[in-house]
Amino acid sequence: MSEAARGAALETRGLCKSFGALQVANSIDFRLERGARHALIGPNGAGKTSFVNLVTGALAPSAGQVLIDGTEVTDLPQSERVKRGLARTFQVTALFRRLTVLENVALAVCERRGIAGGLFRPAGHHREAIEEAHDLLERVGLEDEALRPVNTLAYGSQRLVEIAVSLALSPKVLLLDEPAAGVPSGESGTIIEVIERLPPEIALLIIEHDMDLVFRVAQRITVMVQGGVLVEGTPEEIARDREVRRVYLGERRPS
Amino acid sequence: MLGYAGIVTLGHAAFFGTGAYTAGILAANGWGEPISGLLAGALAAAVIGVVSGFIVLRTSGLTLLMQTLVVATLLHEAANRASSITGGDDGLQGMQVWPIFGVFRFDLFGRTAYIYCFVVLFLCWWLARRIVHSPFGRSLTGIRENVLRMHAIGAPVMRRRLVIYTISAAFAGFAGALIAQTTAFVGLGFLSLDRSGTVLIMLIIGGVGRLYGAFIGVPLYMIAQDRFSEVAPVYWYFWIGLLMVLVVVFARGGIFGLVDRLRR
Repeated sequence: MSEAARGAALETRGLCKSFGALQVANSIDFRLERGARHALIGPNGAGKTSFVNLVTGALAPSAGQVLIDGTEVTDLPQSERVKRGLARTFQVTALFRRLTVLENVALAVCERRGIAGGLFRPAGHHREAIEEAHDLLERVGLEDEALRPVNTLAYGSQRLVEIAVSLALSPKVLLLDEPAAGVPSGESGTIIEVIERLPPEIALLIIEHDMDLVFRVAQRITVMVQGGVLVEGTPEEIARDREVRRVYLGERRPS
Repeated sequence: MLGYAGIVTLGHAAFFGTGAYTAGILAANGWGEPISGLLAGALAAAVIGVVSGFIVLRTSGLTLLMQTLVVATLLHEAANRASSITGGDDGLQGMQVWPIFGVFRFDLFGRTAYIYCFVVLFLCWWLARRIVHSPFGRSLTGIRENVLRMHAIGAPVMRRRLVIYTISAAFAGFAGALIAQTTAFVGLGFLSLDRSGTVLIMLIIGGVGRLYGAFIGVPLYMIAQDRFSEVAPVYWYFWIGLLMVLVVVFARGGIFGLVDRLRR
Protein backbone atom coordinates (compact mmCIF):
# COMPACT_ATOMS: atom_id res chain seq x y z
CA MET A 1 0.00 0.00 0.00
CA SER A 2 1.26 3.48 -0.76
CA GLU A 3 1.80 6.10 1.92
CA ALA A 4 -1.11 8.19 0.75
CA ALA A 5 -3.54 5.28 0.77
CA ARG A 6 -2.57 4.33 4.31
CA GLY A 7 -3.66 7.76 5.41
CA ALA A 8 -2.00 10.47 7.42
CA ALA A 9 -0.92 10.04 11.03
CA LEU A 10 -3.71 12.43 11.91
CA GLU A 11 -6.41 13.89 9.75
CA THR A 12 -9.51 15.99 10.23
CA ARG A 13 -12.28 16.41 7.69
CA GLY A 14 -14.73 19.28 7.85
CA LEU A 15 -14.32 19.63 11.58
CA CYS A 16 -16.79 22.10 13.09
CA LYS A 17 -17.50 23.26 16.61
CA SER A 18 -19.51 26.16 17.90
CA PHE A 19 -20.47 27.36 21.33
CA GLY A 20 -23.73 29.14 20.69
CA ALA A 21 -22.99 31.82 18.13
CA LEU A 22 -19.23 31.54 18.57
CA GLN A 23 -17.67 29.31 15.95
CA VAL A 24 -14.31 28.01 17.22
CA ALA A 25 -13.78 25.50 14.43
CA ASN A 26 -15.08 26.25 10.99
CA SER A 27 -14.86 23.21 8.74
CA ILE A 28 -11.21 22.41 9.34
CA ASP A 29 -9.52 20.05 6.88
CA PHE A 30 -6.11 19.18 8.17
CA ARG A 31 -3.46 16.50 7.52
CA LEU A 32 -0.51 15.65 9.71
CA GLU A 33 1.82 13.31 7.82
CA ARG A 34 3.74 10.50 9.49
CA GLY A 35 6.83 11.78 11.22
CA ALA A 36 5.91 15.35 10.34
CA ARG A 37 7.23 18.42 12.13
CA HIS A 38 4.23 20.64 11.76
CA ALA A 39 3.39 23.89 13.53
CA LEU A 40 -0.01 25.45 14.07
CA ILE A 41 0.06 29.19 14.61
CA GLY A 42 -2.49 31.95 14.76
CA PRO A 43 -3.49 34.97 16.85
CA ASN A 44 -5.07 34.54 20.28
CA GLY A 45 -8.58 33.18 20.03
CA ALA A 46 -8.00 31.69 16.59
CA GLY A 47 -9.18 28.31 17.91
CA LYS A 48 -5.87 26.47 18.17
CA THR A 49 -6.46 24.98 21.59
CA SER A 50 -10.07 24.17 20.71
CA PHE A 51 -8.74 22.33 17.70
CA VAL A 52 -6.44 20.29 19.95
CA ASN A 53 -9.34 19.50 22.28
CA LEU A 54 -11.46 18.37 19.35
CA VAL A 55 -8.72 16.11 18.09
CA THR A 56 -8.01 14.53 21.49
CA GLY A 57 -11.69 14.08 22.26
CA ALA A 58 -11.91 16.49 25.18
CA LEU A 59 -14.54 18.31 23.11
CA ALA A 60 -17.13 16.69 20.87
CA PRO A 61 -17.34 18.28 17.40
CA SER A 62 -20.63 19.61 16.04
CA ALA A 63 -19.75 18.08 12.68
CA GLY A 64 -16.85 16.49 10.83
CA GLN A 65 -14.45 13.64 11.39
CA VAL A 66 -11.17 12.90 13.15
CA LEU A 67 -8.95 10.10 11.88
CA ILE A 68 -5.86 8.61 13.47
CA ASP A 69 -3.74 6.48 11.18
CA GLY A 70 -6.58 6.39 8.69
CA THR A 71 -9.11 5.04 11.20
CA GLU A 72 -12.03 7.16 12.24
CA VAL A 73 -12.04 7.96 15.96
CA THR A 74 -14.62 10.76 16.07
CA ASP A 75 -16.91 8.87 18.44
CA LEU A 76 -14.22 7.29 20.61
CA PRO A 77 -13.47 8.56 24.12
CA GLN A 78 -10.11 10.12 24.96
CA SER A 79 -8.68 6.98 26.49
CA GLU A 80 -9.24 5.01 23.26
CA ARG A 81 -7.57 7.68 21.17
CA VAL A 82 -4.57 7.58 23.49
CA LYS A 83 -4.34 3.82 22.95
CA ARG A 84 -4.24 4.46 19.21
CA GLY A 85 -1.18 6.62 19.63
CA LEU A 86 -2.42 10.15 20.22
CA ALA A 87 -0.73 12.03 23.06
CA ARG A 88 -0.76 15.67 24.06
CA THR A 89 0.84 18.16 26.38
CA PHE A 90 -1.01 21.08 27.94
CA GLN A 91 -0.62 24.79 27.40
CA VAL A 92 -0.75 25.32 31.16
CA THR A 93 1.20 22.55 32.86
CA ALA A 94 -1.18 19.83 33.98
CA LEU A 95 0.76 17.37 36.11
CA PHE A 96 0.24 15.55 39.37
CA ARG A 97 1.78 18.37 41.29
CA ARG A 98 2.34 16.68 44.63
CA LEU A 99 3.73 13.45 43.19
CA THR A 100 7.35 13.03 42.25
CA VAL A 101 8.64 13.45 38.73
CA LEU A 102 9.17 9.71 38.46
CA GLU A 103 5.65 8.90 39.67
CA ASN A 104 4.20 11.29 37.12
CA VAL A 105 5.89 9.45 34.30
CA ALA A 106 5.38 5.99 35.81
CA LEU A 107 1.61 6.52 36.02
CA ALA A 108 1.53 7.12 32.29
CA VAL A 109 3.77 4.11 31.62
CA CYS A 110 1.41 1.92 33.68
CA GLU A 111 -1.59 3.15 31.72
CA ARG A 112 0.07 2.37 28.42
CA ARG A 113 1.15 -1.07 29.54
CA GLY A 114 -2.39 -1.77 30.71
CA ILE A 115 -1.33 -2.61 34.25
CA ALA A 116 -2.83 0.51 35.83
CA GLY A 117 -6.05 -1.27 36.77
CA GLY A 118 -4.21 -3.92 38.80
CA LEU A 119 -5.46 -4.18 42.35
CA PHE A 120 -3.05 -6.41 44.19
CA ARG A 121 0.53 -6.41 43.10
CA PRO A 122 2.19 -3.35 44.66
CA ALA A 123 3.10 -0.67 42.14
CA GLY A 124 6.70 -0.74 43.33
CA HIS A 125 7.07 -4.33 42.13
CA HIS A 126 6.51 -3.42 38.50
CA ARG A 127 10.20 -2.88 37.92
CA GLU A 128 10.06 -2.75 34.12
CA ALA A 129 7.60 0.13 34.27
CA ILE A 130 9.74 2.08 36.69
CA GLU A 131 12.87 1.51 34.68
CA GLU A 132 11.11 2.68 31.55
CA ALA A 133 10.05 5.83 33.38
CA HIS A 134 13.68 6.39 34.37
CA ASP A 135 14.83 6.03 30.76
CA LEU A 136 12.27 8.57 29.63
CA LEU A 137 13.48 11.06 32.22
CA GLU A 138 16.99 10.59 30.92
CA ARG A 139 15.78 11.46 27.46
CA VAL A 140 14.58 14.86 28.63
CA GLY A 141 17.55 15.33 30.94
CA LEU A 142 15.67 15.15 34.24
CA GLU A 143 17.11 11.93 35.67
CA ASP A 144 18.58 13.83 38.62
CA GLU A 145 15.21 15.28 39.58
CA ALA A 146 13.36 11.96 39.49
CA LEU A 147 12.47 11.84 43.17
CA ARG A 148 11.52 15.48 43.64
CA PRO A 149 7.86 16.46 43.83
CA VAL A 150 6.88 18.14 40.59
CA ASN A 151 5.75 21.36 42.26
CA THR A 152 9.27 22.02 43.54
CA LEU A 153 10.69 22.09 40.00
CA ALA A 154 11.36 25.19 37.95
CA TYR A 155 8.59 25.83 35.45
CA GLY A 156 10.84 25.08 32.50
CA SER A 157 11.60 21.64 33.96
CA GLN A 158 7.90 21.04 34.55
CA ARG A 159 7.35 21.61 30.83
CA LEU A 160 9.92 18.86 30.19
CA VAL A 161 8.07 16.53 32.56
CA GLU A 162 4.96 17.18 30.46
CA ILE A 163 6.86 15.99 27.41
CA ALA A 164 8.23 12.93 29.23
CA VAL A 165 4.74 11.97 30.41
CA SER A 166 3.37 12.12 26.89
CA LEU A 167 6.34 10.14 25.53
CA ALA A 168 5.51 7.44 28.08
CA LEU A 169 2.41 6.73 26.00
CA SER A 170 4.55 5.72 22.98
CA PRO A 171 2.68 8.11 20.75
CA LYS A 172 2.57 8.11 16.97
CA VAL A 173 1.15 11.61 17.09
CA LEU A 174 2.21 14.14 19.69
CA LEU A 175 0.36 17.41 20.11
CA LEU A 176 2.52 19.97 21.88
CA ASP A 177 0.28 22.79 23.08
CA GLU A 178 2.63 25.77 23.52
CA PRO A 179 5.53 23.77 24.94
CA ALA A 180 7.50 26.93 25.73
CA ALA A 181 4.63 29.00 27.12
CA GLY A 182 5.49 30.77 30.36
CA VAL A 183 9.09 29.64 30.30
CA PRO A 184 11.81 32.26 30.75
CA SER A 185 13.75 32.69 27.50
CA GLY A 186 16.92 31.27 29.07
CA GLU A 187 15.25 27.90 29.54
CA SER A 188 13.31 27.68 26.30
CA GLY A 189 16.52 26.61 24.51
CA THR A 190 16.54 23.33 26.45
CA ILE A 191 12.94 22.67 25.48
CA ILE A 192 13.70 23.30 21.81
CA GLU A 193 16.62 20.87 22.00
CA VAL A 194 14.46 18.18 23.57
CA ILE A 195 11.84 18.64 20.88
CA GLU A 196 14.46 18.47 18.12
CA ARG A 197 15.76 15.21 19.57
CA LEU A 198 12.35 13.50 19.65
CA PRO A 199 12.27 10.26 17.63
CA PRO A 200 11.66 11.03 13.93
CA GLU A 201 8.84 8.47 13.64
CA ILE A 202 6.62 10.53 15.96
CA ALA A 203 4.49 13.04 14.08
CA LEU A 204 4.62 16.36 15.92
CA LEU A 205 2.04 19.09 15.86
CA ILE A 206 3.32 22.12 17.71
CA ILE A 207 0.99 24.93 18.70
CA GLU A 208 3.22 27.82 19.55
CA HIS A 209 3.57 31.59 19.77
CA ASP A 210 7.33 31.55 20.04
CA MET A 211 8.36 32.12 16.40
CA ASP A 212 11.95 31.16 17.19
CA LEU A 213 10.81 27.69 18.11
CA VAL A 214 8.36 27.41 15.21
CA PHE A 215 10.85 28.37 12.53
CA ARG A 216 13.61 26.23 14.03
CA VAL A 217 11.59 23.04 14.35
CA ALA A 218 8.74 23.09 11.86
CA GLN A 219 8.91 21.86 8.28
CA ARG A 220 5.33 22.88 7.60
CA ILE A 221 3.17 25.58 9.13
CA THR A 222 -0.58 26.00 9.23
CA VAL A 223 -2.01 29.39 10.09
CA MET A 224 -5.41 29.55 11.77
CA VAL A 225 -7.63 32.60 11.99
CA GLN A 226 -11.11 32.79 13.51
CA GLY A 227 -11.65 29.07 13.68
CA GLY A 228 -10.56 28.33 10.13
CA VAL A 229 -7.37 27.51 8.26
CA LEU A 230 -6.02 30.64 6.57
CA VAL A 231 -3.09 29.10 4.76
CA GLU A 232 -0.65 26.20 4.96
CA GLY A 233 2.88 25.94 3.61
CA THR A 234 6.59 25.66 4.26
CA PRO A 235 8.13 28.15 6.71
CA GLU A 236 9.50 30.17 3.79
CA GLU A 237 6.12 30.41 2.12
CA ILE A 238 4.47 31.41 5.39
CA ALA A 239 7.08 34.06 6.14
CA ARG A 240 6.50 35.54 2.68
CA ASP A 241 2.71 35.35 2.70
CA ARG A 242 1.24 38.85 2.77
CA GLU A 243 -2.05 37.81 4.33
CA VAL A 244 -0.26 36.04 7.17
CA ARG A 245 1.91 39.03 7.84
CA ARG A 246 -1.13 41.23 7.94
CA VAL A 247 -3.16 39.15 10.43
CA TYR A 248 -0.44 37.63 12.46
CA LEU A 249 3.16 38.55 12.08
CA GLY A 250 2.14 42.12 12.69
CA GLU A 251 3.39 43.96 9.64
CA ARG A 252 1.57 47.14 8.80
CA ARG A 253 0.30 47.41 5.27
CA PRO A 254 2.33 49.76 3.14
CA SER A 255 0.12 52.78 2.82
CA MET B 1 -12.24 6.68 48.60
CA LEU B 2 -12.48 10.19 50.00
CA GLY B 3 -8.78 10.58 50.58
CA TYR B 4 -7.31 8.72 47.69
CA ALA B 5 -9.82 9.35 44.95
CA GLY B 6 -11.26 12.61 46.24
CA ILE B 7 -14.88 11.51 46.04
CA VAL B 8 -16.92 13.01 48.88
CA THR B 9 -20.15 11.21 49.66
CA LEU B 10 -22.75 11.25 52.37
CA GLY B 11 -24.23 7.98 51.22
CA HIS B 12 -22.21 5.41 53.06
CA ALA B 13 -25.06 4.72 55.42
CA ALA B 14 -26.76 3.17 52.40
CA PHE B 15 -24.02 0.56 52.02
CA PHE B 16 -23.57 0.14 55.74
CA GLY B 17 -27.29 -0.45 56.15
CA THR B 18 -27.48 -2.77 53.17
CA GLY B 19 -24.74 -4.93 54.67
CA ALA B 20 -26.43 -4.90 58.05
CA TYR B 21 -29.86 -5.78 56.73
CA THR B 22 -28.52 -8.50 54.44
CA ALA B 23 -26.66 -10.23 57.26
CA GLY B 24 -29.57 -9.57 59.62
CA ILE B 25 -32.31 -10.90 57.36
CA LEU B 26 -30.27 -14.01 56.63
CA ALA B 27 -29.77 -14.64 60.33
CA ALA B 28 -33.42 -13.99 61.16
CA ASN B 29 -34.54 -16.45 58.49
CA GLY B 30 -32.56 -19.44 59.53
CA TRP B 31 -29.13 -18.84 58.03
CA GLY B 32 -26.97 -17.70 60.92
CA GLU B 33 -23.55 -18.79 59.68
CA PRO B 34 -21.59 -15.61 60.38
CA ILE B 35 -18.82 -15.67 57.77
CA SER B 36 -21.04 -16.32 54.77
CA GLY B 37 -23.45 -13.75 56.19
CA LEU B 38 -20.63 -11.25 56.36
CA LEU B 39 -19.63 -11.91 52.76
CA ALA B 40 -23.26 -11.74 51.63
CA GLY B 41 -23.58 -8.37 53.35
CA ALA B 42 -20.52 -7.02 51.59
CA LEU B 43 -21.67 -8.43 48.27
CA ALA B 44 -25.12 -6.88 48.56
CA ALA B 45 -23.55 -3.54 49.46
CA ALA B 46 -21.21 -3.83 46.47
CA VAL B 47 -24.17 -4.46 44.16
CA ILE B 48 -25.92 -1.34 45.46
CA GLY B 49 -22.57 0.40 45.03
CA VAL B 50 -22.22 -0.53 41.34
CA VAL B 51 -25.77 0.40 40.49
CA SER B 52 -25.86 3.70 42.35
CA GLY B 53 -22.28 4.52 41.41
CA PHE B 54 -23.15 4.17 37.76
CA ILE B 55 -25.55 7.09 38.11
CA VAL B 56 -24.01 9.10 40.92
CA LEU B 57 -20.45 9.20 39.54
CA ARG B 58 -21.54 10.97 36.39
CA THR B 59 -21.63 14.08 38.49
CA SER B 60 -19.06 15.57 40.84
CA GLY B 61 -18.68 17.83 43.85
CA LEU B 62 -21.87 19.08 45.44
CA THR B 63 -24.17 17.42 42.95
CA LEU B 64 -22.54 14.09 43.71
CA LEU B 65 -22.89 14.72 47.43
CA MET B 66 -26.60 15.39 47.04
CA GLN B 67 -27.12 12.31 44.88
CA THR B 68 -25.46 10.05 47.41
CA LEU B 69 -27.81 11.56 49.98
CA VAL B 70 -30.71 10.69 47.72
CA VAL B 71 -29.59 7.08 47.39
CA ALA B 72 -29.29 6.73 51.16
CA THR B 73 -32.69 8.32 51.71
CA LEU B 74 -34.33 6.07 49.12
CA LEU B 75 -32.98 2.96 50.83
CA HIS B 76 -33.99 4.28 54.21
CA GLU B 77 -37.53 4.79 53.00
CA ALA B 78 -37.61 1.41 51.27
CA ALA B 79 -36.54 -0.34 54.48
CA ASN B 80 -39.17 1.59 56.40
CA ARG B 81 -41.94 0.50 54.03
CA ALA B 82 -40.92 -3.12 53.73
CA SER B 83 -41.62 -3.68 57.38
CA SER B 84 -42.63 -7.31 56.87
CA ILE B 85 -39.03 -8.10 55.94
CA THR B 86 -37.08 -5.49 57.83
CA GLY B 87 -39.25 -4.93 60.87
CA GLY B 88 -39.64 -1.29 59.82
CA ASP B 89 -39.47 1.18 62.66
CA ASP B 90 -39.17 -1.51 65.31
CA GLY B 91 -36.03 -2.91 63.80
CA LEU B 92 -35.20 -6.43 62.78
CA GLN B 93 -35.49 -8.89 65.60
CA GLY B 94 -35.04 -12.58 66.24
CA MET B 95 -31.61 -12.91 64.65
CA GLN B 96 -29.88 -16.19 65.41
CA VAL B 97 -26.18 -15.97 64.72
CA TRP B 98 -24.41 -19.31 64.81
CA PRO B 99 -21.02 -19.78 66.40
CA ILE B 100 -18.04 -18.92 64.20
CA PHE B 101 -16.68 -22.06 62.52
CA GLY B 102 -19.30 -23.83 64.65
CA VAL B 103 -17.02 -23.41 67.65
CA PHE B 104 -16.86 -19.88 69.00
CA ARG B 105 -20.18 -18.68 70.39
CA PHE B 106 -21.04 -15.03 70.63
CA ASP B 107 -20.97 -14.78 74.41
CA LEU B 108 -22.58 -12.20 76.63
CA PHE B 109 -19.34 -10.42 77.35
CA GLY B 110 -18.58 -9.75 73.71
CA ARG B 111 -15.20 -11.40 73.70
CA THR B 112 -15.85 -13.46 70.60
CA ALA B 113 -17.45 -10.44 68.98
CA TYR B 114 -14.44 -8.32 69.78
CA ILE B 115 -11.94 -10.76 68.33
CA TYR B 116 -14.17 -11.41 65.32
CA CYS B 117 -14.41 -7.70 64.58
CA PHE B 118 -10.72 -7.28 65.13
CA VAL B 119 -9.84 -10.01 62.64
CA VAL B 120 -12.21 -8.64 60.01
CA LEU B 121 -10.88 -5.14 60.56
CA PHE B 122 -7.36 -6.38 60.12
CA LEU B 123 -8.23 -8.17 56.89
CA CYS B 124 -10.00 -5.09 55.54
CA TRP B 125 -7.09 -2.88 56.49
CA TRP B 126 -4.68 -5.26 54.80
CA LEU B 127 -6.81 -5.31 51.65
CA ALA B 128 -7.12 -1.53 51.64
CA ARG B 129 -3.37 -1.23 52.01
CA ARG B 130 -2.78 -3.52 49.07
CA ILE B 131 -5.18 -1.50 46.98
CA VAL B 132 -3.66 1.84 47.92
CA HIS B 133 -0.20 0.68 46.93
CA SER B 134 -1.28 -1.07 43.74
CA PRO B 135 -1.08 0.63 40.37
CA PHE B 136 -4.84 1.04 40.65
CA GLY B 137 -4.42 2.92 43.92
CA ARG B 138 -1.79 5.13 42.35
CA SER B 139 -4.03 5.92 39.44
CA LEU B 140 -6.71 7.01 41.93
CA THR B 141 -4.23 9.45 43.38
CA GLY B 142 -3.67 10.63 39.84
CA ILE B 143 -7.40 11.19 39.39
CA ARG B 144 -7.54 13.23 42.57
CA GLU B 145 -4.47 15.27 41.65
CA ASN B 146 -5.40 16.00 38.07
CA VAL B 147 -8.34 14.47 36.23
CA LEU B 148 -7.48 16.32 33.04
CA ARG B 149 -4.10 14.66 32.89
CA MET B 150 -5.52 11.24 33.69
CA HIS B 151 -7.80 11.54 30.69
CA ALA B 152 -4.86 12.64 28.60
CA ILE B 153 -2.76 9.61 29.49
CA GLY B 154 -5.63 7.41 28.46
CA ALA B 155 -7.00 6.30 31.82
CA PRO B 156 -10.62 5.11 31.86
CA VAL B 157 -11.45 7.53 34.67
CA MET B 158 -15.12 6.67 35.01
CA ARG B 159 -14.41 2.96 35.31
CA ARG B 160 -11.71 3.51 37.91
CA ARG B 161 -14.02 5.64 39.99
CA LEU B 162 -16.78 3.08 39.74
CA VAL B 163 -14.45 0.32 40.90
CA ILE B 164 -13.31 2.20 43.98
CA TYR B 165 -16.85 3.30 44.75
CA THR B 166 -17.91 -0.35 44.69
CA ILE B 167 -14.99 -1.50 46.79
CA SER B 168 -15.67 1.11 49.41
CA ALA B 169 -19.35 0.15 49.37
CA ALA B 170 -18.30 -3.44 50.05
CA PHE B 171 -16.14 -2.31 52.98
CA ALA B 172 -19.07 -0.39 54.42
CA GLY B 173 -21.15 -3.52 53.88
CA PHE B 174 -18.64 -5.53 55.91
CA ALA B 175 -18.92 -3.03 58.73
CA GLY B 176 -22.72 -3.11 58.66
CA ALA B 177 -22.86 -6.89 58.63
CA LEU B 178 -20.41 -7.03 61.52
CA ILE B 179 -22.44 -4.76 63.72
CA ALA B 180 -25.65 -6.61 62.84
CA GLN B 181 -24.14 -9.96 63.77
CA THR B 182 -22.46 -8.84 66.96
CA THR B 183 -25.43 -6.93 68.34
CA ALA B 184 -28.07 -9.25 66.83
CA PHE B 185 -30.13 -6.22 65.92
CA VAL B 186 -30.67 -4.05 62.86
CA GLY B 187 -32.66 -0.84 62.98
CA LEU B 188 -33.54 1.95 60.57
CA GLY B 189 -30.87 4.07 62.23
CA PHE B 190 -28.32 1.97 60.35
CA LEU B 191 -29.46 3.65 57.17
CA SER B 192 -29.73 7.14 58.62
CA LEU B 193 -27.87 10.13 57.36
CA ASP B 194 -26.34 10.91 60.75
CA ARG B 195 -24.26 7.85 60.37
CA SER B 196 -22.66 8.91 57.08
CA GLY B 197 -22.01 12.34 58.50
CA THR B 198 -20.47 10.90 61.64
CA VAL B 199 -18.16 8.68 59.62
CA LEU B 200 -17.05 11.64 57.55
CA ILE B 201 -16.34 13.71 60.66
CA MET B 202 -14.33 10.87 62.17
CA LEU B 203 -12.25 10.64 59.01
CA ILE B 204 -11.63 14.35 58.84
CA ILE B 205 -10.51 14.44 62.47
CA GLY B 206 -8.18 11.51 61.95
CA GLY B 207 -6.79 12.66 58.63
CA VAL B 208 -8.21 12.23 55.17
CA GLY B 209 -6.21 10.25 52.66
CA ARG B 210 -4.35 8.22 55.25
CA LEU B 211 -4.76 4.55 55.88
CA TYR B 212 -4.50 5.07 59.61
CA GLY B 213 -6.72 8.15 59.77
CA ALA B 214 -9.76 6.14 60.75
CA PHE B 215 -7.85 4.31 63.46
CA ILE B 216 -7.27 7.50 65.37
CA GLY B 217 -10.30 9.51 64.21
CA VAL B 218 -12.86 7.01 65.47
CA PRO B 219 -11.62 6.63 69.06
CA LEU B 220 -11.03 10.36 69.26
CA TYR B 221 -14.57 11.04 68.17
CA MET B 222 -15.91 8.49 70.65
CA ILE B 223 -13.91 9.95 73.52
CA ALA B 224 -14.91 13.48 72.55
CA GLN B 225 -18.55 12.46 72.34
CA ASP B 226 -18.34 10.82 75.75
CA ARG B 227 -16.63 13.75 77.45
CA PHE B 228 -18.73 16.41 75.80
CA SER B 229 -21.98 14.73 76.67
CA GLU B 230 -20.87 14.49 80.28
CA VAL B 231 -20.16 18.20 80.43
CA ALA B 232 -23.07 19.33 78.30
CA PRO B 233 -25.64 16.56 77.79
CA VAL B 234 -27.78 18.69 75.50
CA TYR B 235 -25.20 20.61 73.56
CA TRP B 236 -22.52 18.05 72.87
CA TYR B 237 -23.05 18.28 69.16
CA PHE B 238 -22.05 21.91 69.42
CA TRP B 239 -18.67 20.93 70.83
CA ILE B 240 -18.17 18.28 68.17
CA GLY B 241 -18.90 20.99 65.64
CA LEU B 242 -16.37 23.29 67.26
CA LEU B 243 -13.75 20.54 67.25
CA MET B 244 -14.44 20.00 63.57
CA VAL B 245 -14.01 23.71 62.81
CA LEU B 246 -10.75 23.76 64.74
CA VAL B 247 -9.41 20.76 62.84
CA VAL B 248 -10.34 22.24 59.49
CA VAL B 249 -8.87 25.65 60.30
CA PHE B 250 -5.75 24.70 62.21
CA ALA B 251 -5.00 21.08 61.42
CA ARG B 252 -5.76 20.41 57.78
CA GLY B 253 -5.02 16.79 57.19
CA GLY B 254 -6.36 15.90 60.62
CA ILE B 255 -4.33 14.59 63.52
CA PHE B 256 -1.92 12.80 61.20
CA GLY B 257 -1.44 15.91 59.12
CA LEU B 258 -0.62 17.80 62.30
CA VAL B 259 1.90 15.18 63.38
CA ASP B 260 3.53 15.33 59.94
CA ARG B 261 3.88 19.07 60.13
CA LEU B 262 5.30 19.06 63.64
CA ARG B 263 7.90 16.54 62.58
CA ARG B 264 9.16 18.77 59.81
